[in-house]
Amino acid sequence: MRRSMLFIPGNTPNLLMNGDVLGSDSIILDLEDAVSPAEKDAARILVRNALKHLHYKGCEIIVRINPIETDFWQKDLDEVIPLCPGMIMPTKVSCANDVKVVSDYIAEVEARHGIEKNTVKLIPLIETAMGVENAFNIASADERVAAIFLGGEDLTADLRCKRTKEGNEIFYARCRMVNAARAAGVDVYDTPFTDVDDIDGLYKDAQFAKSLGFTGKASISPRHVEGINEVFSPTQADIDYAHEVMETIRIAKEQGKGVVSLRGKMIDAPIVTRAMQVIEMEKAIFGGVEDDE
Amino acid sequence: MSKLVNSIKEAVQKVGLKDGMTISFHHHMRNGDFVLNMVLEAIAELGYKDLTVNASSVFDVHEPIIGHVKNGVVTGIECNYMGGKVGKAICEGLMEKPVIFRTHGGRPSDMEKGTSHIDVAFIAAPTADDMGNCTGKYGKSACGSMGYAFADAMNADKVVVITDNLVPHPLVDFSISEIYVDYVVEVDQIGNPAGIVSGTTKITRDPVGLKMADYAAKVIEASGLLKDGFSFQTGAGGATLATAKYVQDIMLAKGIKGSYGMGGITKYMVEMLNNGCFQALLDVQCFDLDAVQSIRENPKHMEVTATHYAGVSGKSAAVDNLDVVLLGATQVDLDFGVNVHTDSNGYIMGGSGGHSDTAAGAKLTMIIAPLIRARLPLVVEKCLCTSTPGSTVDVVVTQRGIAVNTKYGKNQELKEALKKAKLPVVEIEDLKRMAEEIAGTPKPVQLTDKVVAHVMYRDGTLLDTIKAVK
Amino acid sequence: MKINTSAVAGTLESSDVYVKVEPCETLEIEIESVVYNQFAEQIEATIKAVLAELGVESGKVSVNDKGAIDCVIQARVETAVKRAGGEK
Repeated sequence: MRRSMLFIPGNTPNLLMNGDVLGSDSIILDLEDAVSPAEKDAARILVRNALKHLHYKGCEIIVRINPIETDFWQKDLDEVIPLCPGMIMPTKVSCANDVKVVSDYIAEVEARHGIEKNTVKLIPLIETAMGVENAFNIASADERVAAIFLGGEDLTADLRCKRTKEGNEIFYARCRMVNAARAAGVDVYDTPFTDVDDIDGLYKDAQFAKSLGFTGKASISPRHVEGINEVFSPTQADIDYAHEVMETIRIAKEQGKGVVSLRGKMIDAPIVTRAMQVIEMEKAIFGGVEDDE
Repeated sequence: MSKLVNSIKEAVQKVGLKDGMTISFHHHMRNGDFVLNMVLEAIAELGYKDLTVNASSVFDVHEPIIGHVKNGVVTGIECNYMGGKVGKAICEGLMEKPVIFRTHGGRPSDMEKGTSHIDVAFIAAPTADDMGNCTGKYGKSACGSMGYAFADAMNADKVVVITDNLVPHPLVDFSISEIYVDYVVEVDQIGNPAGIVSGTTKITRDPVGLKMADYAAKVIEASGLLKDGFSFQTGAGGATLATAKYVQDIMLAKGIKGSYGMGGITKYMVEMLNNGCFQALLDVQCFDLDAVQSIRENPKHMEVTATHYAGVSGKSAAVDNLDVVLLGATQVDLDFGVNVHTDSNGYIMGGSGGHSDTAAGAKLTMIIAPLIRARLPLVVEKCLCTSTPGSTVDVVVTQRGIAVNTKYGKNQELKEALKKAKLPVVEIEDLKRMAEEIAGTPKPVQLTDKVVAHVMYRDGTLLDTIKAVK
Repeated sequence: MKINTSAVAGTLESSDVYVKVEPCETLEIEIESVVYNQFAEQIEATIKAVLAELGVESGKVSVNDKGAIDCVIQARVETAVKRAGGEK
């Protein structure tokens, strides 16, 4: 389960040491924008060592690598792939081939280190006009792709418009991304809300993203993590309803009924699928604690 | 009649200071204080020797005291807190006589009980009249409350008020009354305003600090104490301020009306008062300009003496009714004892202040600190110095887990409540292990047998000693 | 192999370490640390292990440590050595 993804600068030891306590489901160890060109080598080695020695318990690791136009991305992968992070985030992905190039190189490194192919997944960062237009091709380019992620800041630069809190300028891109991801059967993540201090704004932005169909949202500030988790978690009503659906189905099966309804509404396949997803999330969110007791 | 004299030297001579006497100072000017240095310089020039300085706190700005010790002018230091510069010299064996550390409550109470005698008190006063009525609320060097200075004024044999804002008698809205004062001296400047109060105290932006604050606020909420009548003390550290902010959010959301906020007061506590979270603030010391303005203007923001705040000589003290206090620590040991006197190398860089007073009084005493600070684990086998006994500490909050002190047959219910609130409850031993897994196990620090300081508990008994560093 | 040029890595931020490597006939290690009393030996052992792994036999390594944990020290020393062209 991945509701929140928190960016952690790749060259800051203190934050790397504590990345797993900040409450996000995933952390993105950033070798790209958070690291100056002169420190790319240092960050790469530091992140590799952090992956090797720190436990990051209960937290998925994503490493954001440098764009394929640079000299850095292959070196980034050389260092981190042997440590099997959950996902790699390639940047400025504009077409299916960009994904292929990265995926093929990951396969090479995996093979070199005796790691089973496709162990490391991909979450391409789409942040160009071309990337948005090619979102479906990118999402379905390779079996490593588990999700796609919208980067609103670079995109608006490319669109030559201003990035605003309301986000009207990225409305099309958001819809297009969600549609592409769902069509390709992968998850989809929303761009960070960039005003660190505006917690109300964060909630609104996250709720809007959720209403469009996003799986979750990235964050550049730990202060946003709790809000994102809350918004993208099923509500108690969702959870209760999901259990009711599954119970109704179970009883119907016992009684040999084909068509079933709950509160006057027919329970069809999409409702069941949705209920199962909700219960899965419930387990992921609350399961661990119940096991303790 | 006027008590005004021309200079500090004249006042020193008039009060009849003699070699071997004890002189006292308060620390409301904090690291901006000029008065302690000015007075010692005058005394040194007059040729006095063998004096004991009892200052409620010694800051880095008071570094010249080291020279006065070397010259034999000062042979004893007593305080509640000592900054790292003088602290280091002390730990390297500067003085023959051990420093005496008290608590903010213990110091005035020892004076009132007669176990700590002050011959002459020198009181830095941001505003005073020529009869000695004085206050910290007004003037270019305004510090707000003068809570720590009352005991000195009331118990010293002789009292000298030193001000840089002399106003016509009678001073309106005075704090300390002329009945205690022998002489008044006007000087150009009693302190550097930039060092007295910080312009603003700020909530930390450090993600780890915010995480700790988030946990701390949730612990307070889960404890069941956060309800109407809630009383609360917090310090000025970044993470504790953030906790206060989160606690305020909860109180406002739930419409909880607390009774009082206390301690060193910051703008966040002022904000809580103004938003109706508290009926009153009990202020022994202001930490920022917002607090100074508030104590001057808002009658619900009240100045209290150190004895009222935390003493044991009164019939009661405000700490006795405290629900929750948030405190820091450099070390916590497996018995929940806390060190705020020395750093991990054994050098003095702090002191109890009101730490052990509030811990003793509060229903819920919370220590909030990062699990690892510059590679040093917070939790150790045994603290280098016990500032606050473990029996008075209830919870230790770190970013990686919360330990509840159930060692003294208490807090079992609290522990269950925190678990139920899905907070990461662990054992204190787990915190030590987790830190060492990440940082490694530090080699024990080597200390000598020479005692350089006595740490007195609030009731006047010896709690621990501090040894010189090798 | 030897360190041929000087190079630095790391920062003076808390929990980081600033590492400088320089050419030197022998192997020299100089440690300054906020946790010297508690960790000096461990820091030295960590540095030596990284140098050995990278095949560095001579050179001067000076560190100014702000409480970095082992894996950070390892990373900074490795970065400095590689920047100095001492890579195998």
